[in-house]
Amino acid sequence: MAAPPGLRPIGPATYELGADYRPGMRVPVRVFAGENLLAEMDEQVFVQAANVATLPGIVEASFCMPDAHWGYGFPIGGVAAVAVETGVISPGGIGFDINCGMRLLSTNLTWGKLKPRLPGLMDALAARVPAGVGSRSDVRISRDEFREVLVSGAVWAVRNGYGTGEDLEHTESGGCFTDADPERVSERAVERGFRQIGTLGSGNHYLEVQLLRPEGVHDAELARAFGLDIPEQVVVMFHCGSRGFGHQVATEYLQSFLRAMPKQFGLPIVDRELACAPFDSDQGQDYFAAMCCAANMAFANRQVILHRIREVFSDVFRRASEELEIRTVYDVSHNTAKIERHLVDGAERRLLVHRKGATRAFPPGHPELPAAYRGTGQPVIIGGSMETGSYLLVGVDGGKSSFFSTAHGSGRRMSRSRARKLVHGAELRDRMEKRGIAVRAASLRGLAEEAGLAYKDVEEVAEAAEVAGLSRRVARLVPVGNVKG
Amino acid sequence: MQANYEFLDAVTSDLCFVARADTLEGLFAAAADALVSLMVADPERVRELEEQPLILEEPDLELLMLGFLNELVYLRDADQLLLRPKQLRIHREGSPRLEARLVGERFLPQRHQIATEVKAATAHGLRVAEGAGGWEARVTLDV
Repeated sequence: MAAPPGLRPIGPATYELGADYRPGMRVPVRVFAGENLLAEMDEQVFVQAANVATLPGIVEASFCMPDAHWGYGFPIGGVAAVAVETGVISPGGIGFDINCGMRLLSTNLTWGKLKPRLPGLMDALAARVPAGVGSRSDVRISRDEFREVLVSGAVWAVRNGYGTGEDLEHTESGGCFTDADPERVSERAVERGFRQIGTLGSGNHYLEVQLLRPEGVHDAELARAFGLDIPEQVVVMFHCGSRGFGHQVATEYLQSFLRAMPKQFGLPIVDRELACAPFDSDQGQDYFAAMCCAANMAFANRQVILHRIREVFSDVFRRASEELEIRTVYDVSHNTAKIERHLVDGAERRLLVHRKGATRAFPPGHPELPAAYRGTGQPVIIGGSMETGSYLLVGVDGGKSSFFSTAHGSGRRMSRSRARKLVHGAELRDRMEKRGIAVRAASLRGLAEEAGLAYKDVEEVAEAAEVAGLSRRVARLVPVGNVKG
Repeated sequence: MQANYEFLDAVTSDLCFVARADTLEGLFAAAADALVSLMVADPERVRELEEQPLILEEPDLELLMLGFLNELVYLRDADQLLLRPKQLRIHREGSPRLEARLVGERFLPQRHQIATEVKAATAHGLRVAEGAGGWEARVTLDV
């Protein structure tokens, strides 16, 4: 087991590493995982989570979700809440792909209706949703209009005909982070991103057509409340973020924080990738406003992709998308920092919650949830590997133990280069096709990097999140078609 | 020693490489070669049709490497340019300063096979150091 000896169980699928594990820790590390997942975690996850525990203003603990794996700075699957008055904001606690997230769509189609048209549908999706390295959009907007996107997010998209008001209601924060300020964003970041709205990108980003098999339903009542109530129902899930725009925002602020940390902020550098600024400083506020712009770019990006998906389904099935009832179940981010109110030692506090590769999971009754989900809790979308399957979960009261955060995916268990050594892209594509998964990949090399064996078992991740009390399983979704960036 | 690089299995989610060279200038060129080898599957087919100058100054060599590689990432993503340094000088009096002439060509889907999208060069575990065997850099890329 790679876990350090000081790690001790403190509850179901919950472990703690005391604040004496490494010098400078202000809080303990808390890990949510089953035994297998814990055994698979890289040793560096614990080191990185301990480094996060040294950040000024951190509250309660440095958390690792069940899918945590070694990243840079924060572990991926890391959560840290800091006091807004005394804490720091860290680009490394959010990730370069700001507001990378998941969207799940329901339809009224069934596998029987889809099956004969699947190849044509996948071809059309691959053609209409640009994917791969440097993919560019057919949404032509000026740099000035792009700045409107940065302010309004998915609201801009709906205002311009890409979607409906219901899509916005079913998107985290209504698809718009209100603290965005384009003045805090460089011209270079705009230049890098303004042609990329409506593009999937590459790496682990994908668009999947999936099925809800009857045996995949864990909670029929909740599934029904989320619009998943037809046997063999067709759903669509996709994963992408703020593209080059978000990468540039993160890169520029991280480099500027690194220059300012020792001299201006008087902050020690434990790991350069944990570069940070006091949240209450000009630089901290500037980054927060720019990060919100990138979050909004990502919301708009996913909203436009949804619109393209509706167009494609409408073309392929020769019916209006309204007739196909293509609805947003939910859109949720897993790379952000947000100001939220949480109870700490019985008192409500305003905290800046960093979630890097972790999903917000509000419980039933939470005031920030839309009316449709106030009674159920927030839908949580966990993307599995493209060979296995994905999960729809729901937020629960027990999530208060992690500032209402849960897992975001399967989590890598193997480096990309090792996966490429073990898997040949063309063979993997053929194998998936034989198993009934239609593959449209922009890059076979990229496909090999995302092979199922490179990921942890999504079943174990979803189960651990439930056992630890962070979220509850609603339904498992299995892929039948994959557009891979 | 020839300028060279190798990719390591060191980071689960990202890509990490070590570059080596006899000189500091050679090290930066080797790191650029490593980056370009990821961006495009056939880097030897990148012709010298475009060029532009680059001047960077940072507090130390590691931040200079970070800024240099991220400039190449930016040019690829924003301007579709696949560029490598043709002439490169690093002045080490005071804050390190890099002056380079970048050459290469615009990415053409019909000519170049796309490879990996690099989001950014990261500061994670970043190292630029001179040892008995020459200069060595370790860089982790977010992909």
